[in-house]
Amino acid sequence: MSTITDTKYETVIGLEVHVELHTKTKIFCGCSTAFGAPPNTHTCPVCLGHPGVLPVLNRQAVEYAMKAAMALNCEIATECKFDRKNYFYPDLPKAYQISQYDQPIGKNGWIEIEVGGKTKRIGINRVHLEEDAGKLTHVEGGFATLVDFNRVGTPLIEIVSEPDIRSPEEARAYLEKLRAIMLYCEVSDVKMEEGSLRCDANISLRPYGQHEFGTKAELKNMNSFRGVQRGLEYEVLRQTDILENGGRVVQETRRWDEAQGKTFSMRSKEEAHDYRYFPDPDLVLLHIDEEWKERVRSTIPELPDARKERYTKQYGLPEYDAGIITSSKKLADFFEESLRYTSDAKAVSNWIMGELLGYLNANNMEIDDAKITGEGMGELLGLIEKGTISNKIAKTVFREMIATGKLPQQIVEEQGLVQISDEKAILEVVDRVIEQNPQSVADIRAGKTKAVGFLVGQVMKETKGKANPGLVNKLIMERLDR
Amino acid sequence: MSLFDLRIQEIHNRLAHKELAVSDLVEYSLERIRSVDGKIRAFLTVDEEGARAAARTLDNQMRDGDNERGLLFGLPAGIKDNIVTQGLRTTCASKFLANYRPIYNATVMDRLNRSQSVTIGKLNMDEFAMGGSNENSGFHPTHNPWNTNHVPGGSSGGSAAAVAAGEVYFALGSDTGGSIRQPAAYCGIVGLKPTYGLVSRFGLVAFASSLDQIGPLTKNVEDAAYVLQAIAGHDPQDSTSAKVDIPDYISALTEDLQGLRIGIPKEYFGEGIDPQVKEAVLAALRELERLGAVCEEVSLPHTKYALAAYYLIASSEASSNLARFDGVRYGVRAEDADNLLDVYRKSRSAGFGPEVKRRIMLGTYALSSGYYDAYYLKAQKVRTLIKQDFDHIFERYDVIAGPTVPTPAFRIGEQVGDPLTMYLNDILTIPVNLAGIPAISVPCGLVNGLPVGLQIIGKAFDETTVLRTAYAFEQATEHHKRRPQL
Repeated sequence: MSTITDTKYETVIGLEVHVELHTKTKIFCGCSTAFGAPPNTHTCPVCLGHPGVLPVLNRQAVEYAMKAAMALNCEIATECKFDRKNYFYPDLPKAYQISQYDQPIGKNGWIEIEVGGKTKRIGINRVHLEEDAGKLTHVEGGFATLVDFNRVGTPLIEIVSEPDIRSPEEARAYLEKLRAIMLYCEVSDVKMEEGSLRCDANISLRPYGQHEFGTKAELKNMNSFRGVQRGLEYEVLRQTDILENGGRVVQETRRWDEAQGKTFSMRSKEEAHDYRYFPDPDLVLLHIDEEWKERVRSTIPELPDARKERYTKQYGLPEYDAGIITSSKKLADFFEESLRYTSDAKAVSNWIMGELLGYLNANNMEIDDAKITGEGMGELLGLIEKGTISNKIAKTVFREMIATGKLPQQIVEEQGLVQISDEKAILEVVDRVIEQNPQSVADIRAGKTKAVGFLVGQVMKETKGKANPGLVNKLIMERLDR
Repeated sequence: MSLFDLRIQEIHNRLAHKELAVSDLVEYSLERIRSVDGKIRAFLTVDEEGARAAARTLDNQMRDGDNERGLLFGLPAGIKDNIVTQGLRTTCASKFLANYRPIYNATVMDRLNRSQSVTIGKLNMDEFAMGGSNENSGFHPTHNPWNTNHVPGGSSGGSAAAVAAGEVYFALGSDTGGSIRQPAAYCGIVGLKPTYGLVSRFGLVAFASSLDQIGPLTKNVEDAAYVLQAIAGHDPQDSTSAKVDIPDYISALTEDLQGLRIGIPKEYFGEGIDPQVKEAVLAALRELERLGAVCEEVSLPHTKYALAAYYLIASSEASSNLARFDGVRYGVRAEDADNLLDVYRKSRSAGFGPEVKRRIMLGTYALSSGYYDAYYLKAQKVRTLIKQDFDHIFERYDVIAGPTVPTPAFRIGEQVGDPLTMYLNDILTIPVNLAGIPAISVPCGLVNGLPVGLQIIGKAFDETTVLRTAYAFEQATEHHKRRPQL
């Protein structure tokens, strides 16, 4: 196969993203939407599609969808309707999904992504509201399939992008930005692993300069952001290979296999469903007046892009750092909460970028799992400034703060981590270290000043990191100068 | 005279004076079913135990001196089998649901329970309310009490026959294209289709959601007003249910028609109408004039397109509504299926009768990509025109009157092989459903021993005028007092 860099083809990608709205109850009945309940306990005749039942639209779901669509810069419909998408499947009790066909709640939106230092606008074709299906579990050995209807009727929005995405990397950046915006709006927890964010992709190639789109493949079953990027990367290679060898890409739906790192054909265009959409006669037209729109609009918080700009301007954070911190509302909120307790924004940013994210990554944790508070962050910086603890000790304290949420002063006291700034006490250790390391002393005297660091390190080790490193340095130099 | 020929007020008086017990009414009903239902076959399920228990509860309430009585207190009721009754088998007269016991109650059942009627059982119908003769029942046809060789009409044929045969005091039916009014006409009783949205559809197994409406089938107009009073009103569980004030239908029943303006659509007396039916209806119109109403000929020019529009819209909605009967969660599942597609195919092939299959296929086709605009969308446009036809007439007239059905009840088997002729029975009732307005059928004579119905159509939510017109006619004539000999 070719490599991705030598291609003469332009990649064209459009994404269809489903986001579960975390309303308390389902979109057309009063059942709970809570995740993780025993199978088929959050069900009623309505969501089970029993004969004679009727749907009643959940107002909260409409407001969440409006909020999300507004945050994606969409125009909000003043009148929209619900349609039935008809198909048979055991996870769909009514054999139709209530969705929106030609009058979506939002359309003509956009978001901005940043890839390789460049900002790019990706169009959002539409945002529509619909109900989720149930969950099928195929029993090993293939003798049975189990169905759990807890999820059926959970409100979803489908966000359809324009075919503006030009690389798998951009696709990933788009998803990450979408995720951030949804989190800021607090309409969904957007966890791809739990299925509250799902992504299908349309991808085609065309020679650079050609206006018409090439034949597309629809990609399904990508279960992580990384999976989306990898699946698309694979498709770029596969389609490039076909075109390079004079072949033609077949329009079809393909399934990404994470384990094999390949995509496989699921069904061809000819096998595609005819969903026979028509307006659902059980629901009435939904009218959204200006007053309602404004009320919802007023609940949208400052979004990541605006916050990022403010952080660079107001606090002088580097673009990159501001981008990372604002990519998550929780992180940005932590940053701002810290600034209520300290004025050193740069220092807070450095601790977040370095220690906090490093710790979370290393421990496979989310910011939600970190117990550290803004107050603790502020207090920690104060302790460093006053010289109560060294930077090195501060890191230990910081990790404890993440894990337990305790304030740094308490941690320092409980664990006896107060920095030793008593010259006499440190001098004892310095003398011992100098005595034990004649070779280093000789090196320093011969002009190899690097060896000072080694001696300082030994002193720090002896004092379990509690000695004030500046003082240790000064004392060693004084002793050797004599 | 039958116990069920007593007026509701008279029954309640006798109950209050301990001259009668609810158990007597229920036993009377059960006894009548035992003696005549072998010939009529109106019932699919008789809930003797449940009915007797309900009667005991009501009698105990009376004995304990509780004089708070529901509007329909103690009245034995039959329920069309597409209305969901908790714990009581609900089949829609389909083999598919032969084993289906609902886990909830339709809103109308809650309302009937609140008004304290007693449910005797579930009534036969055309499968999933598709048909006009009850010959499409998945179990057995129902017979017309006036002549058991004839159909009772449909799809609420069981409901109409049960009331006409005196098996129950009243019945509920559903009307999608005439399914209450046509069997009421064929069986010589009163059938009211309320305005779309007046009575909750929650718990009515949907045939065509934008057309279906539950309504009463009764021996006379007064009973219809009582039952409507009990079941009408907004239901938060039905998004299409209207938020309107419910008038007092019962006290609105006066015999005064002075100055009432009645439009007589010339299209309703056109080709295909039986001359004797026409004569009976014209006589009825003369009677209305005699009572002070003004009858004038009007035109509903799009009537001829109603049938085609109806069969496209109703079948399209049905194809989607009936898709849930897939054998996965309830109903009958094919035993010998090898895979998922097989479950669907075999369960549905075995479970549905030919008329249901015919309409599912018609509706599926009409909604298919490439045909949608030409069929479904066009039919919706016709529907708008038909609605406008009525709007224009109602600018100048209070009600519209004409025959309910062009002919009297036909013989069982006579039209089975000819679905198109069968569909023509509905041409005078269908436009009303497309427009969503109320209409009633009242008996207005006999042709060859079979009843004929007068249809009175009203403005949306103006059931009061429809009922008053029908009541005045009924009180001035003897038609409603005639009973079939069984």
